[in-house]
Amino acid sequence: MAGLHKSEISNPVLNWIDSRLPIFTMIQKEYGVFPTPRNFNYFWNFGALAMINLVIMIATGIFLAMNYTPHATMAFDSVERIMRDVNNGWLLRYVHANGASMFFIVVYIHMLRSLYYGSYKAPRELLWILGVIILLLMMATAFMGYVLPWGQMSYWGATVITNLFSAFPIVGESIVTWLWGGYSVDNATLNRFFSLHYLLPFVLVGVVFLHVAALHVTGSNNPLGIDVKTPQDTLPFHPYYTMKDSVGICVYLLVFAILVFFAPNYLGHSDNYIPANPLVTPAHIVPEWYFLPFYAILRSVPDKLGGVLLMFGSIGVLAVLPWLDTSPVRSASFRPVYRILFWVLVLACVVLGIAGGKPAEGVWVWLSRVATAYYFLHFLVILPILGKFERPLPLPESISRAVLGRDGGFGGGGGGLMPGGAVAKPMEKA
Amino acid sequence: MAESAAAPHVAPEMGGAEVTKRDFLKLVAGAGAAVGAGAIVWPMVDSMNPAADVLALSSTTVDLAPVIPGQAITISWRGKPVFVRHRTLDEIAKAHADDKARLPDPAADATRVKVGREQWLIVVGICTHLGCIPLGNRSTEVRGEYGGWFCPCHGSHYDTSGRIRQGPAPANLAVPPYAFESDTKIKIG
Ligand code: HEM
Ligand code: FES
Repeated sequence: MAGLHKSEISNPVLNWIDSRLPIFTMIQKEYGVFPTPRNFNYFWNFGALAMINLVIMIATGIFLAMNYTPHATMAFDSVERIMRDVNNGWLLRYVHANGASMFFIVVYIHMLRSLYYGSYKAPRELLWILGVIILLLMMATAFMGYVLPWGQMSYWGATVITNLFSAFPIVGESIVTWLWGGYSVDNATLNRFFSLHYLLPFVLVGVVFLHVAALHVTGSNNPLGIDVKTPQDTLPFHPYYTMKDSVGICVYLLVFAILVFFAPNYLGHSDNYIPANPLVTPAHIVPEWYFLPFYAILRSVPDKLGGVLLMFGSIGVLAVLPWLDTSPVRSASFRPVYRILFWVLVLACVVLGIAGGKPAEGVWVWLSRVATAYYFLHFLVILPILGKFERPLPLPESISRAVLGRDGGFGGGGGGLMPGGAVAKPMEKA
Repeated sequence: MAESAAAPHVAPEMGGAEVTKRDFLKLVAGAGAAVGAGAIVWPMVDSMNPAADVLALSSTTVDLAPVIPGQAITISWRGKPVFVRHRTLDEIAKAHADDKARLPDPAADATRVKVGREQWLIVVGICTHLGCIPLGNRSTEVRGEYGGWFCPCHGSHYDTSGRIRQGPAPANLAVPPYAFESDTKIKIG
C-alpha cells in the first residue's frame, strides 16, 4: 500500500502499528540485530547501567515529589515525614539519595572506560562531547536535588556553589542575585531549584537519546580499539549483549541494595539532618563525594577567580580531549606509556577526591595542588606530545583474528551464526 | 517564487556577490524573529530576579546597650547576618597599627567605622570568598591569626577591622549602611 512502511513483524496487530509507525522495526534494528563488536568486556556494561539508573531516579523522584513540599519552612519537615509516615517513603528516599551516588559511580567508570580505550577519538568525538554535556547536566541536577531537603549541608552547599559565580568580574554579583532571586539563598531559591530539579532529568533523557543515536551511527568502540571490518567481527546485540548487560545489572542492583539497606547514610553527611540555619555555617562543609575532586581543584588555588576558572576548566578540557590526544591508536592496550599515565591520572583524581574532603590546610593543600597540576598537564601537555613520540605495539589485523585465532575459530561466523542471516547486513551498510 | 524575485543587482563592496531583495527580506525576518524571541524570553529570565517584596528595603534597629567591650552579637538584616562588635581598646589599636601593613584590600580602619564611635565595628557577616559565615563572633570561637574572624570553609582570616588578611577571600567584610540614632541605638539599612 502506498505510504505504508513494509513491516516484517508477523503479529497482525503489531504489524498494523509497525506499518504506520515503524517503531518495532527500529527497535529490532537498533537493539535486536544491531551488529556489536564481539570482544566487549564488562566495562561496556556501564552505559546500559547508567540508563537504568536514570530511569530509577525519575521513577523514585516522581513519587517523592508527591509528598515533598518545596518551601523553606516546610521542606525539611516534609522530607522527615517522607522518612517516618509515608508508606515506603524511607525506601523511595534512600533509593533516590543513594541512586545519585550509584549514578556517579556508574558514569565515572563509564568515562574512565572511554579514556582507557580511546573511545573519544574519531569518529566518536561528538558522542564523547554529548557525554560531557550529560555529566554537566547530572551535576546540576544532583546539586539542586541535594538542596531540596533543606538541611544545613543543603543550605550551605547551595550558598557556596552559587557564590562561585560572584568570582566573575562586573556581572558576578548580579548573576548570583539572579540565581537566588533575593539577597541570600532562601525560599525563592528553593522553589526554582525544585522546578529545575524536576525538569533537568527529562532534558537528560533527551541528550541521552542523542548520545545513543550518535553511537548507532559510528558503532561501538571495543577493547582492542580497532575498527570493525567484517561481519565476523560482530555479534547481534540480542541475545549476546542483552544477556551480558543483564549479568551486569544483577551485580549493580546487588551493590545498590547493599547501600540502600545496610548503609543508607554512609555516603551522606549527618549535618544534613540539621534543619537549614542561615545564621550558622557548619564548621566543616563538604559537598557530596562525587563533587570532591572538583572541590579540591577549586580550593587548591589561592585566588577566587582562578579557582573557579580552573574548576570549570577541568571539565572543559574533557570536551576538547579528542583534539588534544594526537595518537592515532585508540586502546591503551597498545600504548605502553599512555597505559601508565592513565593510571597516574586516576591516582590524581583519587588524591583530589580525598583532599577535597579534608580541611583545606597543611599537606592536603599541597597534595591537591600537585594532583591539580598533574590533571591539567596530563590533558594539555602530555597527551598532545605523547602521541608524537610513543611507539605503539603492533595492532591485530582484525577483531575476529584477535579473539578467535588465525582462521576465525569455530564457525568463524560471528553475526552470520545468528538465525535470520540478516544480522550482518546493517554492518555492511555502516 | 525565488526565480521571479526582483532583478538582482550587484553590490561592488560585497566582492561581486549578488544581493537580492530576498536576502534583505530574510535578514529583516530573522532580525524580527530574534527581537520577538528576546521579548518573550526576557520576562521569564527577569522573573527570576528578586521580587518586589524581597526588594522592599527593610531596616533593622539594634540596641547596643547590652553589648559589653570584647563582646559581639549577630543580627539578621535582609536575611543576612550582620556582626556588631564592641571592640576593646587593644583591638582598636591593633586595627590602627595594621593600616600600614600589607593589605590585600587596602582600607584604613577609620573608613570602616563612624568617627568618635571607633569601638563599634559593624560588618556584614558573610565571607567575601564564597559566602560562609566566619567564626569569631563568640569569644569561644577561633578568631584566626589576626584576632578578628576566621572562615572555616576555605580558611580566610579577617582582622579586628574586618579586613581580609590571609586566605582566598578577595575583599574585606562589607560595611552595611547604618546610622547611630542615639549613643546606644543603630539603624541598619
Ligand atoms: C538525574 C536524575 C536525578 C538525580 C541525580 C537526583 C538527585 C537527587 C539528590 C542527590 C537528592 C537529595 C537526596 C537527599 O539527600 O535526600 C534529590 C532529592 C529529591 N529529588 Fe532528585 N534526582 C534526580 C531526578 C529526580 C526527578 C526526575 C524528580 C522528580 C520528578 C526528583 C525529585 C526529587 C525530590 C522531590 C527530592 C527531595 C526529597 C529528598 O530529599 O529525598 N529527582 N535528588
Ligand atoms: S567562604 Fe570563607 S573562605 Fe571560602
